[in-house]
Amino acid sequence: MKTKFEEKNNVLYLEITEEIDHHTTEKIRRVMDNEITRFMPRKIVFDFSNVSFMDSAGIGLLIGRYKLIKLLGGAAEIINANKSISKVLEMSGVLKIIPIQKEKKVG
Amino acid sequence: MKSRYDNEMELDFLSKSNNEAFARITVAAFAAQLDPTIEELADIKTAVSEAVTNSIIHGYENTEGLVKIKATLLNNVVQIEISDNGKGIEDIELARKPLYTSKGNLERSGMGFTIMESFMDEVEIHSVVGIGTKIIMKKKINKENNKEEIEEEKNALID
Repeated sequence: MKTKFEEKNNVLYLEITEEIDHHTTEKIRRVMDNEITRFMPRKIVFDFSNVSFMDSAGIGLLIGRYKLIKLLGGAAEIINANKSISKVLEMSGVLKIIPIQKEKKVG
Repeated sequence: MKSRYDNEMELDFLSKSNNEAFARITVAAFAAQLDPTIEELADIKTAVSEAVTNSIIHGYENTEGLVKIKATLLNNVVQIEISDNGKGIEDIELARKPLYTSKGNLERSGMGFTIMESFMDEVEIHSVVGIGTKIIMKKKINKENNKEEIEEEKNALID
């Protein structure tokens, strides 16, 4: 996973660089929580540019990180999700709390 | 031996979480013989990943056991059976409900069966407590409609 903290806007970009399933979420979760508590950002942006697969384990992962950032008074967004990942996201209802930001940004 | 299917395959593997990717990629490669679209293949991969993860986390509760997959192709239908000899599901109706999870502490979303049911055409759940669980899923690959979509996908890749 690659992360980038934009100090000016207080935004933490979390670019996931592998397939997201039950096996990979534990490691991804650890890195994300570490970065979130380190930078205490106002907003986290999940960048899916380099994610080719995600199942429902990813939904649990996103909701868990959303709870953490909400606790810190921040918000969360998703960018660059492909068609099949968007389908899983839409079905889960998670987009109501973590919206997809259409504008493509480089994380 | 004359199979009643156009093609069939079986796969047994240990209930280790790093086999989740192995299982879904293998089944997708097998189903690719029916010329599915990228989207149909993604649906199959996701459904397989959900069922295999259920066997590993819930069936065997992270102890070691065998997960079995049998996949068959007949005309334009892929059928995938995923079974384990794990602890079984006590209440199948409850397990099917969206957002229900028996493992809330693990950040599970409770969407596994909902995803299987919406990404596949048919999903049967057979389970006996103490004996195991078998999921049978079917998906029809609509070849005629796919010709156009596959062309579009090819063009999109070229762009």
